[in-house]
Amino acid sequence: MNEFYTILTGSLVAISCSLLGSFLILRKMAMVGDAISHAVLPGIVIAYLLGETREMIPMLIGAAAFGVLTTVLIELFHKKARLQTDASIGITFTFLFALGIILISAFAGQVDLDQDCVLYGDIAMVPLDLWITDAGLNLGPRQVWILGVNLLVVLAFILIGYKGLFITTFHEEYAATVGIAAGFWHYSLMSTVSLTTVVSFESVGAILVVAFLVVPPATAYLLTEKLPVMLGLSALFGVISAILGNMLATWLDGSIAGAMTAVAGGLFLLTFLFSPKQGILMRLKFR
Amino acid sequence: MKNPIIEVHNLTVSYNKRPVLWDVDYELPPGQLIGVLGPNGSGKTTMLKTIMGLIRPDSGFVEVMGKKLDEVRDKVSYVPQRESVDWDFPANVMDVVLMGRYNPKHMFRRLSKEDRELAVAALEKVNMLPFAERQISQLSGGQQQRVFIARALARQADLYLMDEPFAGVDAASEESILELLTGMKAEGKSIMVVHHDLQTARNFFDWIILLNTSLVASGPVNEVFTEQNLQAAYGGKLTVLSQIADLVASKAFPLREKGLQDREKL
Repeated sequence: MNEFYTILTGSLVAISCSLLGSFLILRKMAMVGDAISHAVLPGIVIAYLLGETREMIPMLIGAAAFGVLTTVLIELFHKKARLQTDASIGITFTFLFALGIILISAFAGQVDLDQDCVLYGDIAMVPLDLWITDAGLNLGPRQVWILGVNLLVVLAFILIGYKGLFITTFHEEYAATVGIAAGFWHYSLMSTVSLTTVVSFESVGAILVVAFLVVPPATAYLLTEKLPVMLGLSALFGVISAILGNMLATWLDGSIAGAMTAVAGGLFLLTFLFSPKQGILMRLKFR
Repeated sequence: MKNPIIEVHNLTVSYNKRPVLWDVDYELPPGQLIGVLGPNGSGKTTMLKTIMGLIRPDSGFVEVMGKKLDEVRDKVSYVPQRESVDWDFPANVMDVVLMGRYNPKHMFRRLSKEDRELAVAALEKVNMLPFAERQISQLSGGQQQRVFIARALARQADLYLMDEPFAGVDAASEESILELLTGMKAEGKSIMVVHHDLQTARNFFDWIILLNTSLVASGPVNEVFTEQNLQAAYGGKLTVLSQIADLVASKAFPLREKGLQDREKL
């Protein structure tokens, strides 16, 4: 049963992340997830200091708020200072992350937070944190519920907002000339990414979140030239990575998140070599 | 001028405190093919983007059909530079042309059958209907350009602003685009085109705007194409000096080279 929950958790994260990640890589903002997963640290610390609890909801709110702030700062530096997006991402997240570290060290006596725990949540722990109602009913791991709700939010956002996401991702400037609020779509996407990143890395760790945001979409990008197919394929690759990754981890008796990430990378490598359209081998063959 | 299609008054736009457009002022007659000409970096694209509300001017204002752009957005259609998008984007020709039918008021609604019919008609006009299902990554330069024009046509606008629609297209595409523009003019549409080629401009356009940061001239093609005006726009020491300045700047700050190229495009 634990194994089932591990795979389910991994898959829920994988689907949410790879759907959103598809839009991120097309917007050339793939690493924004990495940025968010680090930059939320001060949000978590501040929420903890204010609330003096380690309850999840205030921390989530603090983290999500800083996630959105991260994307606002990235956009601000990019648009106003005309920095390249990658430079702007780098500046923003190192700065905010450092702020979080300073807060933790300054209030060391009061903060009972482990940075490793914040950044590298452990998927193996998910099945242990069960949601048991007052009546004693066991509803399964708490995280699975949270991630499930998040996935529904992501799916609804992409289904309802598909047109807006499509046109602004293709060409923000053109969308603006038609009268479409490009900023609204940018920040809606970034807020959803922020929410997803925050709830996901709490359960599976930052590395796996970043991997799922980037690697399955990149793999799907090599295989198709249709956006809906790309979305479907990247979700599929994400789930396959979760399943095979769990098997690999059991076999090696090693880190589950590490194994899932490695499988996702392996799938990319295979696609890179053997993809019928862009694969290296095919190109060599037809040269 | 009576009922100008576009009015630009005292327009100044700058980029990093360096003026790209300086006190530009003109009115344009409706129902004409209007060419915007000037050397590289003379502010042609910036002017189009400012009219489309993409760049906020430092001073001055623009009116389209006697109104603010927001009130007549439905009647205005924009064709950006071909290089401004990533053509490896996962989309086919039809997807792109259908964007012309997106309406900000109905972003959550599916496109209608009529939207699709208008997109098909637009593709037909640019002779690209057989390519409707083709991936945009597999198009030639001229075909990409025609897809962008089809997207603009699908909006069923009265005024079209096109940024370099003739850049990098083959002779056959150039001819078919020109034919299309002439046909649109015959239907009473107004078309403003940023163009880089002085040789062809004389035959293509009815009205010419000559720019070199400031407005050099705006008027019917025969009146504008004088030795004096062309000298003012293209020749003269000012241009040479600014070219040298650019060159020095690019040598001095090699990391900024990309920025300079971007600036030239503005």
